[in-house]
Amino acid sequence: MKDLIANLNKVFESRIRLGIMSILMVNETYDFNSLKETLDVTDGNLASHLKALEEKGMIRVNKQFLGRKPNTSYSATESGICDFQQHLKALENILNKQ
Amino acid sequence: MENNSKSAEDLRTIRKIMEESTRFLSLSGLSGIFAGAIAITGALIAWFFILKNGTVNIDKQVINLSEQEIISIKWKMIAVALSVLILSILFSLYFSVRKAKREGKELWSHSSKRLLVNLMIPLITGAVFTVVLLIHNHTELIVPELLIFYGLALVNAGKFTYGEIFYLGILEIITGLTSSFFPGQGLIFWIIGFGILHIIYGLAMYRKYEA
Repeated sequence: MKDLIANLNKVFESRIRLGIMSILMVNETYDFNSLKETLDVTDGNLASHLKALEEKGMIRVNKQFLGRKPNTSYSATESGICDFQQHLKALENILNKQ
Repeated sequence: MENNSKSAEDLRTIRKIMEESTRFLSLSGLSGIFAGAIAITGALIAWFFILKNGTVNIDKQVINLSEQEIISIKWKMIAVALSVLILSILFSLYFSVRKAKREGKELWSHSSKRLLVNLMIPLITGAVFTVVLLIHNHTELIVPELLIFYGLALVNAGKFTYGEIFYLGILEIITGLTSSFFPGQGLIFWIIGFGILHIIYGLAMYRKYEA
Protein backbone atom coordinates (compact mmCIF):
# COMPACT_ATOMS: atom_id res chain seq x y z
CA MET A 1 0.00 0.00 0.00
CA LYS A 2 2.74 2.44 1.00
CA ASP A 3 4.71 1.57 -2.11
CA LEU A 4 1.78 2.39 -4.29
CA ILE A 5 1.22 5.83 -2.88
CA ALA A 6 4.94 6.61 -2.72
CA ASN A 7 5.03 7.18 -6.46
CA LEU A 8 2.20 9.69 -6.39
CA ASN A 9 3.67 13.12 -6.82
CA LYS A 10 2.54 15.68 -4.25
CA VAL A 11 2.94 18.45 -6.81
CA PHE A 12 0.09 17.03 -8.87
CA GLU A 13 -2.32 16.57 -6.00
CA SER A 14 -4.45 19.55 -6.94
CA ARG A 15 -7.07 19.08 -9.63
CA ILE A 16 -6.02 22.27 -11.35
CA ARG A 17 -2.36 21.26 -11.57
CA LEU A 18 -3.44 17.89 -12.88
CA GLY A 19 -5.47 19.71 -15.51
CA ILE A 20 -2.64 22.04 -16.50
CA MET A 21 -0.24 19.14 -16.93
CA SER A 22 -2.79 17.09 -18.90
CA ILE A 23 -3.19 19.94 -21.36
CA LEU A 24 0.55 20.54 -21.71
CA MET A 25 1.18 16.84 -22.29
CA VAL A 26 -0.84 16.87 -25.51
CA ASN A 27 -0.30 20.46 -26.66
CA GLU A 28 3.15 21.85 -27.36
CA THR A 29 2.19 25.25 -25.99
CA TYR A 30 -1.00 26.65 -24.52
CA ASP A 31 -1.71 30.26 -23.59
CA PHE A 32 -3.03 31.58 -20.30
CA ASN A 33 -6.52 32.47 -21.48
CA SER A 34 -7.06 29.15 -23.21
CA LEU A 35 -5.94 27.34 -20.06
CA LYS A 36 -8.42 29.43 -18.10
CA GLU A 37 -11.26 28.58 -20.45
CA THR A 38 -10.51 24.88 -20.70
CA LEU A 39 -10.10 24.43 -16.94
CA ASP A 40 -12.81 26.93 -16.00
CA VAL A 41 -10.87 28.59 -13.16
CA THR A 42 -10.24 32.16 -12.03
CA ASP A 43 -7.15 34.18 -13.05
CA GLY A 44 -5.63 34.25 -9.58
CA ASN A 45 -6.19 30.60 -8.91
CA LEU A 46 -4.68 29.54 -12.24
CA ALA A 47 -1.73 31.92 -11.87
CA SER A 48 -0.78 30.57 -8.45
CA HIS A 49 -0.86 26.97 -9.62
CA LEU A 50 1.16 27.85 -12.72
CA LYS A 51 3.69 29.59 -10.51
CA ALA A 52 3.99 26.51 -8.31
CA LEU A 53 4.51 24.21 -11.30
CA GLU A 54 7.05 26.60 -12.75
CA GLU A 55 9.00 26.71 -9.50
CA LYS A 56 9.12 22.91 -9.43
CA GLY A 57 10.53 22.94 -12.94
CA MET A 58 7.52 21.15 -14.42
CA ILE A 59 6.58 23.84 -16.92
CA ARG A 60 8.26 26.60 -18.88
CA VAL A 61 6.86 30.09 -19.36
CA ASN A 62 7.17 31.89 -22.70
CA LYS A 63 6.30 35.56 -22.69
CA GLN A 64 5.91 37.37 -25.96
CA PHE A 65 3.99 40.19 -27.54
CA LEU A 66 1.23 39.66 -30.07
CA GLY A 67 1.15 43.12 -31.58
CA ARG A 68 0.86 45.20 -28.46
CA LYS A 69 -0.82 42.67 -26.24
CA PRO A 70 1.38 40.60 -23.99
CA ASN A 71 0.79 36.90 -24.46
CA THR A 72 1.99 34.33 -21.98
CA SER A 73 2.09 30.72 -23.01
CA TYR A 74 3.25 27.62 -21.23
CA SER A 75 4.83 24.34 -22.16
CA ALA A 76 5.83 21.27 -20.20
CA THR A 77 9.52 20.69 -19.50
CA GLU A 78 11.08 17.30 -20.13
CA SER A 79 11.31 16.54 -16.45
CA GLY A 80 7.71 17.71 -16.05
CA ILE A 81 6.57 15.26 -18.72
CA CYS A 82 8.60 12.48 -17.09
CA ASP A 83 7.25 13.20 -13.59
CA PHE A 84 3.68 13.42 -14.81
CA GLN A 85 3.96 10.11 -16.63
CA GLN A 86 5.23 8.54 -13.42
CA HIS A 87 2.30 10.05 -11.56
CA LEU A 88 -0.11 8.62 -14.14
CA LYS A 89 1.46 5.20 -13.83
CA ALA A 90 1.12 5.37 -10.06
CA LEU A 91 -2.57 6.23 -10.40
CA GLU A 92 -3.06 3.30 -12.75
CA ASN A 93 -1.23 0.95 -10.40
CA ILE A 94 -3.48 1.91 -7.51
CA LEU A 95 -6.49 1.07 -9.65
CA ASN A 96 -5.07 -2.23 -10.86
CA LYS A 97 -3.83 -3.56 -7.54
CA GLN A 98 -6.98 -3.11 -5.54
CA MET B 1 -10.78 2.22 -1.21
CA GLU B 2 -10.88 5.99 -1.05
CA ASN B 3 -7.60 6.14 -2.89
CA ASN B 4 -9.05 3.90 -5.52
CA SER B 5 -12.02 6.09 -6.40
CA LYS B 6 -9.93 9.26 -6.31
CA SER B 7 -7.39 7.72 -8.69
CA ALA B 8 -10.13 6.60 -11.04
CA GLU B 9 -11.69 10.05 -10.94
CA ASP B 10 -8.29 11.70 -11.56
CA LEU B 11 -7.58 9.51 -14.56
CA ARG B 12 -11.01 10.20 -16.00
CA THR B 13 -10.47 13.94 -15.63
CA ILE B 14 -7.02 13.74 -17.22
CA ARG B 15 -8.34 11.83 -20.21
CA LYS B 16 -11.23 14.26 -20.67
CA ILE B 17 -9.02 17.34 -20.44
CA MET B 18 -6.48 15.90 -22.86
CA GLU B 19 -9.21 15.27 -25.39
CA GLU B 20 -11.00 18.58 -24.92
CA SER B 21 -7.83 20.64 -25.14
CA THR B 22 -6.83 19.16 -28.48
CA ARG B 23 -10.14 18.43 -30.19
CA PHE B 24 -13.01 20.71 -31.06
CA LEU B 25 -16.06 18.68 -30.07
CA SER B 26 -18.86 21.14 -30.67
CA LEU B 27 -19.42 20.02 -34.26
CA SER B 28 -22.93 18.68 -34.61
CA GLY B 29 -24.12 15.80 -36.77
CA LEU B 30 -27.03 18.04 -37.77
CA SER B 31 -24.55 20.18 -39.74
CA GLY B 32 -23.75 17.17 -41.91
CA ILE B 33 -27.40 16.35 -42.49
CA PHE B 34 -28.25 19.93 -43.47
CA ALA B 35 -25.14 20.37 -45.65
CA GLY B 36 -26.05 17.16 -47.48
CA ALA B 37 -29.64 18.23 -48.04
CA ILE B 38 -28.55 21.66 -49.27
CA ALA B 39 -26.01 20.13 -51.68
CA ILE B 40 -28.65 17.83 -53.16
CA THR B 41 -31.12 20.72 -53.50
CA GLY B 42 -28.43 22.74 -55.29
CA ALA B 43 -27.72 19.89 -57.68
CA LEU B 44 -31.43 19.49 -58.46
CA ILE B 45 -31.81 23.23 -59.12
CA ALA B 46 -28.82 23.06 -61.46
CA TRP B 47 -30.19 20.02 -63.27
CA PHE B 48 -33.78 21.17 -63.74
CA PHE B 49 -33.43 24.93 -64.13
CA ILE B 50 -29.95 25.71 -65.38
CA LEU B 51 -29.19 22.63 -67.46
CA LYS B 52 -32.84 22.31 -68.61
CA ASN B 53 -33.40 18.73 -67.41
CA GLY B 54 -29.96 17.69 -68.52
CA THR B 55 -30.42 18.59 -72.17
CA VAL B 56 -27.51 20.98 -71.75
CA ASN B 57 -24.09 19.62 -70.87
CA ILE B 58 -21.54 22.38 -70.57
CA ASP B 59 -18.78 19.95 -69.76
CA LYS B 60 -18.98 18.58 -73.27
CA GLN B 61 -19.08 22.11 -74.69
CA VAL B 62 -22.25 21.59 -76.72
CA ILE B 63 -21.84 23.19 -80.10
CA ASN B 64 -25.36 24.47 -80.53
CA LEU B 65 -24.99 26.92 -77.66
CA SER B 66 -23.69 30.40 -78.23
CA GLU B 67 -20.64 31.63 -76.37
CA GLN B 68 -22.86 33.92 -74.37
CA GLU B 69 -25.22 31.15 -73.31
CA ILE B 70 -22.33 29.03 -72.11
CA ILE B 71 -20.94 31.89 -70.05
CA SER B 72 -24.34 32.61 -68.53
CA ILE B 73 -24.77 28.93 -67.59
CA LYS B 74 -21.33 28.90 -66.00
CA TRP B 75 -22.10 31.92 -63.86
CA LYS B 76 -25.40 30.42 -62.76
CA MET B 77 -23.66 27.17 -61.81
CA ILE B 78 -21.04 29.11 -59.83
CA ALA B 79 -23.80 31.04 -58.05
CA VAL B 80 -25.59 27.83 -57.05
CA ALA B 81 -22.34 26.21 -55.83
CA LEU B 82 -21.41 29.28 -53.77
CA SER B 83 -24.92 29.47 -52.29
CA VAL B 84 -24.66 25.81 -51.25
CA LEU B 85 -21.28 26.52 -49.64
CA ILE B 86 -22.43 29.63 -47.78
CA LEU B 87 -25.68 28.07 -46.55
CA SER B 88 -23.83 24.97 -45.34
CA ILE B 89 -21.28 27.05 -43.43
CA LEU B 90 -24.03 29.17 -41.85
CA PHE B 91 -25.98 26.09 -40.75
CA SER B 92 -22.94 24.34 -39.31
CA LEU B 93 -21.96 27.52 -37.47
CA TYR B 94 -25.47 27.75 -36.07
CA PHE B 95 -25.48 24.12 -34.89
CA SER B 96 -21.98 24.44 -33.42
CA VAL B 97 -22.91 27.58 -31.48
CA ARG B 98 -25.99 25.80 -30.19
CA LYS B 99 -24.07 22.69 -29.15
CA ALA B 100 -21.26 24.68 -27.52
CA LYS B 101 -23.79 26.74 -25.57
CA ARG B 102 -25.66 23.67 -24.41
CA GLU B 103 -22.42 22.10 -23.18
CA GLY B 104 -21.19 25.36 -21.67
CA LYS B 105 -18.10 25.52 -23.89
CA GLU B 106 -16.43 28.36 -25.73
CA LEU B 107 -16.85 28.25 -29.51
CA TRP B 108 -13.76 30.33 -30.24
CA SER B 109 -11.12 28.32 -28.43
CA HIS B 110 -7.60 27.01 -28.83
CA SER B 111 -8.96 23.80 -30.38
CA SER B 112 -11.44 25.45 -32.75
CA LYS B 113 -8.74 27.82 -34.04
CA ARG B 114 -6.42 24.92 -34.74
CA LEU B 115 -9.21 22.99 -36.45
CA LEU B 116 -9.98 25.98 -38.65
CA VAL B 117 -6.36 26.52 -39.70
CA ASN B 118 -5.96 22.87 -40.59
CA LEU B 119 -9.20 22.85 -42.57
CA MET B 120 -8.45 26.10 -44.38
CA ILE B 121 -5.05 25.22 -45.85
CA PRO B 122 -6.33 22.50 -48.23
CA LEU B 123 -9.65 24.32 -48.73
CA ILE B 124 -8.11 27.62 -49.85
CA THR B 125 -5.67 25.76 -52.08
CA GLY B 126 -8.67 24.00 -53.63
CA ALA B 127 -10.59 27.25 -54.02
CA VAL B 128 -7.71 28.91 -55.87
CA PHE B 129 -7.29 25.84 -58.05
CA THR B 130 -11.00 25.95 -58.90
CA VAL B 131 -10.51 29.45 -60.27
CA VAL B 132 -7.57 28.17 -62.34
CA LEU B 133 -9.74 25.38 -63.79
CA LEU B 134 -12.44 27.92 -64.62
CA ILE B 135 -9.97 30.23 -66.35
CA HIS B 136 -8.59 27.36 -68.44
CA ASN B 137 -12.07 26.09 -69.18
CA HIS B 138 -11.62 22.69 -67.56
CA THR B 139 -15.08 22.75 -66.02
CA GLU B 140 -15.35 18.95 -66.21
CA LEU B 141 -12.63 18.71 -63.55
CA ILE B 142 -14.17 21.12 -61.06
CA VAL B 143 -16.38 18.64 -59.17
CA PRO B 144 -13.58 16.02 -58.88
CA GLU B 145 -11.17 18.70 -57.73
CA LEU B 146 -13.59 20.13 -55.14
CA LEU B 147 -14.25 16.66 -53.71
CA ILE B 148 -10.55 15.79 -53.56
CA PHE B 149 -9.47 18.99 -51.81
CA TYR B 150 -12.45 18.86 -49.45
CA GLY B 151 -11.53 15.26 -48.62
CA LEU B 152 -7.93 16.25 -47.94
CA ALA B 153 -9.13 19.05 -45.65
CA LEU B 154 -11.25 16.59 -43.66
CA VAL B 155 -8.42 14.06 -43.39
CA ASN B 156 -6.26 16.87 -42.07
CA ALA B 157 -8.97 17.96 -39.62
CA GLY B 158 -9.35 14.44 -38.22
CA LYS B 159 -6.79 15.09 -35.49
CA PHE B 160 -8.50 18.24 -34.28
CA THR B 161 -12.14 17.19 -33.98
CA TYR B 162 -14.03 13.90 -33.97
CA GLY B 163 -11.74 11.23 -35.47
CA GLU B 164 -14.59 9.93 -37.65
CA ILE B 165 -14.20 12.92 -39.93
CA PHE B 166 -10.96 11.34 -41.20
CA TYR B 167 -12.94 8.50 -42.76
CA LEU B 168 -15.45 10.89 -44.30
CA GLY B 169 -12.42 12.63 -45.84
CA ILE B 170 -11.12 9.37 -47.32
CA LEU B 171 -14.54 8.63 -48.84
CA GLU B 172 -14.68 12.16 -50.34
CA ILE B 173 -11.23 11.68 -51.89
CA ILE B 174 -12.28 8.32 -53.38
CA THR B 175 -15.48 9.87 -54.75
CA GLY B 176 -13.49 12.75 -56.23
CA LEU B 177 -10.91 10.52 -57.89
CA THR B 178 -13.63 8.25 -59.27
CA SER B 179 -15.54 11.19 -60.69
CA SER B 180 -12.44 12.42 -62.51
CA PHE B 181 -12.77 9.33 -64.73
CA PHE B 182 -16.32 10.28 -65.69
CA PRO B 183 -16.27 13.76 -67.22
CA GLY B 184 -19.71 15.24 -67.68
CA GLN B 185 -21.14 13.31 -64.70
CA GLY B 186 -20.14 15.95 -62.16
CA LEU B 187 -23.63 16.49 -60.77
CA ILE B 188 -24.08 12.83 -59.86
CA PHE B 189 -20.76 12.73 -58.00
CA TRP B 190 -21.58 16.07 -56.37
CA ILE B 191 -24.80 14.49 -55.07
CA ILE B 192 -22.92 11.42 -53.81
CA GLY B 193 -19.97 13.29 -52.27
CA PHE B 194 -21.49 16.46 -50.88
CA GLY B 195 -25.04 15.14 -50.49
CA ILE B 196 -25.36 11.47 -49.59
CA LEU B 197 -22.01 11.05 -47.75
CA HIS B 198 -22.73 14.14 -45.62
CA ILE B 199 -26.19 12.93 -44.69
CA ILE B 200 -25.00 9.43 -43.77
CA TYR B 201 -22.10 10.88 -41.76
CA GLY B 202 -24.35 13.43 -40.05
CA LEU B 203 -26.94 10.81 -39.09
CA ALA B 204 -24.28 8.46 -37.74
CA MET B 205 -22.60 11.21 -35.70
CA TYR B 206 -25.90 12.52 -34.39
CA ARG B 207 -26.96 9.08 -33.22
CA LYS B 208 -23.60 8.32 -31.70
CA TYR B 209 -22.93 11.55 -29.79
CA GLU B 210 -26.11 13.58 -29.52
CA ALA B 211 -29.28 11.50 -29.59
